[in-house]
Amino acid sequence: MDTTMDLRTTPAQEAFRLEARSWLAAHTPPPRSLPSLDTAEGFEAHRQWEQTMFDDRWSVVSWPEEFGGRGVGILEWLIFEEEYWRAQAPLRVSQNGVFLLAPTLFEFGTEEQRARFLPAMASAREIWCQGWSEPDAGSDLAGIRSRAVRSEGDDGWLLTGQKTWASRGAFAEWCFGLFRTDPEAERHRGLTYFLIEMSTPGVTVRPIPQIDGETGFAEIFFEDVFVPDGQVLGGVGRGWNVAMATAGSERGLSLRSPARYTEAASRLVDLYAHSLQTEPARAARSADAVAQAWMDAEAYRLNTLWTATRVLSGGSVGPEASANKIHWSETDLAIHRAALALLGPEAEFHGDGVDAPWLDGYLFALAGPIYAGTNEIQRNVVAERMLGLPRG
Amino acid sequence: MRFAFSDQQTEFRDAVRQVLAKECTTDHLRAAYEEPAARSPRWTTLAEMGVVGLTAPEDHGGLGLGMLDLVLLLEEAGRVALPEPLLETTAVVVPLLSELGGSGDPGGVGDPGGSGGVGGAWLDGIAAGDVAAAVGTISTDSPPIAGADGADLLVLFTTAEAGDGEAVPEVHLVDSASVTIRTVASLDPTRRLGIPHWTPKDDTRLASGATAREAIRRTADRAALSTGAELLGLTESMITMAAEYAKERNQFGKPIGGFQAVKHLLAGAQVKLEFARPVVYAAAWALDEGEPHASRSVSTAKAYASDAATEAARVALQVHGAIGYTWECDLHLFLKRAWALAEAWGSASEHRQRVLDGLVAGA
Repeated sequence: MDTTMDLRTTPAQEAFRLEARSWLAAHTPPPRSLPSLDTAEGFEAHRQWEQTMFDDRWSVVSWPEEFGGRGVGILEWLIFEEEYWRAQAPLRVSQNGVFLLAPTLFEFGTEEQRARFLPAMASAREIWCQGWSEPDAGSDLAGIRSRAVRSEGDDGWLLTGQKTWASRGAFAEWCFGLFRTDPEAERHRGLTYFLIEMSTPGVTVRPIPQIDGETGFAEIFFEDVFVPDGQVLGGVGRGWNVAMATAGSERGLSLRSPARYTEAASRLVDLYAHSLQTEPARAARSADAVAQAWMDAEAYRLNTLWTATRVLSGGSVGPEASANKIHWSETDLAIHRAALALLGPEAEFHGDGVDAPWLDGYLFALAGPIYAGTNEIQRNVVAERMLGLPRG
Repeated sequence: MRFAFSDQQTEFRDAVRQVLAKECTTDHLRAAYEEPAARSPRWTTLAEMGVVGLTAPEDHGGLGLGMLDLVLLLEEAGRVALPEPLLETTAVVVPLLSELGGSGDPGGVGDPGGSGGVGGAWLDGIAAGDVAAAVGTISTDSPPIAGADGADLLVLFTTAEAGDGEAVPEVHLVDSASVTIRTVASLDPTRRLGIPHWTPKDDTRLASGATAREAIRRTADRAALSTGAELLGLTESMITMAAEYAKERNQFGKPIGGFQAVKHLLAGAQVKLEFARPVVYAAAWALDEGEPHASRSVSTAKAYASDAATEAARVALQVHGAIGYTWECDLHLFLKRAWALAEAWGSASEHRQRVLDGLVAGA
C-alpha cells in the first residue's frame, strides 16, 4: 500500500478528468441559459439535461455500472465535480435523490429497492424531494408528528400528516420522508423512513414562494396515503438511524462538493481583479474579505481530500460532518457577500433581463446555514460529540 | 492521491507526545518562566530521540527528513507550549544550513573546507543537542529576534549596499559568543526576545545576492508554516482546557458546558481548528515537494492557523471566566504563546494579502 502523502492526481485520474472535461465542453448548455429549476418549465429543462448526462453515463459517475454509473471512487467523483462546476453546468435538479437518498439506499436498501429506484433516479425519470421538516418539527426533527398506521391485510401503511420546506417538492415525482409508526415509543424510536410516490391518492402539494419569488419548496399534505411495505427503507422503527445516514451525506462528503466553492472563489478573484481597475478604493476595502473567502474554499477542498482519504482507508465520517456543514455554508456566504461588496450599487440589480449570478448565489447561500439542520444544531453536535460537552 | 500521514510519521508523533506530556508539563513551563533557557534536559531528550536533528543530513547526525515529517512534531511542541527553539533550530536553521552550508559564498563561512565548512560543524552540534539557534533580520527597524537571548547560534539576514547602490541581501552565521544581545521583555518570557549588537563582517557571511534572497524567502516560508503547525497544537490545548473546565464548572445547578451559549463558542473554535489542520499539512507537503504554489499554501496555512488560535484563545478565556484571568490558572501559559505566534512570521492579514496578490498576479 502506498503510504506517503501525495496530493497529486494520478495519470489515470487526469485522463478521467480530460474525458469529463471534453464531454462537458461538447454538451453543457451555455452558463445560466436554462430557466430556473424552481419553475415548471425550468424543472423539465433541467430534467432533460440530467437525461443527456445519463445517456453518456455522466449523471452518477460513482455508482456501479449496473445502475448507470461508472463505478469510480470518491476522488474521481471530486474530479468530475471540479470539471462540472468549471464548465458552469446547470444545478442538479436530481440532487436530493442522487446525493442524499442514493447513499442511504446503497447502505440500507434491499436489492429490489435499489433495482427499482436507482436507475430511474440516475436518468431523472423520477426526481425526489425530502419530506422531513414539519410545521412543529424543524431543528427538533425527532418531534415529528406525521404518522403511519398499519393498513391491515394490505401489506402496507397509511400515512397522515404534513411535511414542509420540501425543496423541489412542487414538481418532484417521489418523496422520502420520516413518519411515526409507534406513537408509544420515545421520540427517536418509533420512526420509519418511507419512500412515497407523490401521485398516490391523498397526497396534496402546496408550493411555497421563496425569498426570490419562485416556488423552490413546498408543503406536502398526506391523508391516508397508502404506501406498500416494499417502500419502507431500512426497517420499521429504524427511521432515525436511516435518516442520520442521509443527514451525514447532507452535511458531509456528498451534497456539496468543494468544486462549487472553489469555482465561485476563483470567479470572485476575477471580479476583484476587475474591480482593482474600475473601483480601486472599493476593491481595496474588500481585499481582506476576498482573500478570506478564497482561503475558506481552499480549506474546504483540502479538508474534503483529508476526509476522503480517511474514508478510502476504511474510516468513517462522524460528527465531523457537522463541522463540515458549518464550514461550507459559511464559506458560500463569505464568497457571495464579498462579491456583492465589490459590486457596490450594482449588487441589488435583479429582475427581468438582468443576469445577477452573485445576488442569486447570495440568496441561495443564505439558505445554507438553515437547511440540512441549522448551524446552531450543528454547533451543538460539534460541542457534544467532538468536545464531549453535556447534552441539554 | 493520498492525503494522510504514514504510520511511521504518526508513530513518531505519538512517541514525542508521550515524552512531552511528562517532560513539558505546566510546572515545567512555570519553571521556564522563572529561568528561561534555550536548552534544557528536555532538549537533550529530544535530540536523543532524533527530533532536534530531524531535518539535518544523516552525515551530520540527523535523520535527513523534511517538513512533512516535522510538522506533526511541531504541533506537539505547540500542544505543550514547548519553551525550547525547535521551530527556529530544526525547522528553519537546519534546512538553511543544509542548503547553504556546503556551497556558500566563496571566502565566507560556508566555504567547504573539505568537511562541509563551518555550517557543517554547526549542524553536527545541533543534531547532538548542543546548539540552540535563532534566526532573524538585522536592520534599523527590524523587530527583536525570538530566542536570540540564550541561543548558541544566530542566523542573521542583512542588506548590504553594492557598488552601484543596489541592495544586496546577505545571510550571516554568527556565534552568539561573539556578540552582545540586548534582551527585550515579552509577555511570554520563554520567547527570550533579543536584539544582537552586531555589524556584518566578511567572515560571518554564508551567502549573498540571489542565493541569499532565495534562502531568505524559503526561510520565511518554513518559519511561517512551522509557526502555523505550533499554533494548531496550542489551539487544541486551549480548546481542550476550556471544554474540560466547562464540564466541571457548575452554575445554575449544572455544568456550564450544557448551555448553548458556551457550547457554541467552543464549537466555533473547534470548527476553525478542524479546517486549519489539513491546510497546514498540505502546505508542509507543498514545501517539501517544491510545488509551484507552495508559498501560497504556506500563507493560507499561517493565516488559517493564526486566526484559529486567536479565536481559541479568546473563547478559552471567556469560557474559563475570571479564573482564566489569573496567574494561578495554567491557561495563560498557552494564551501568551498563541498571541505571540499569531503575529510572528507574518500576521493573518499579511498572509491574506500575500495570497490575494499572488492570485491576482497569476490570474
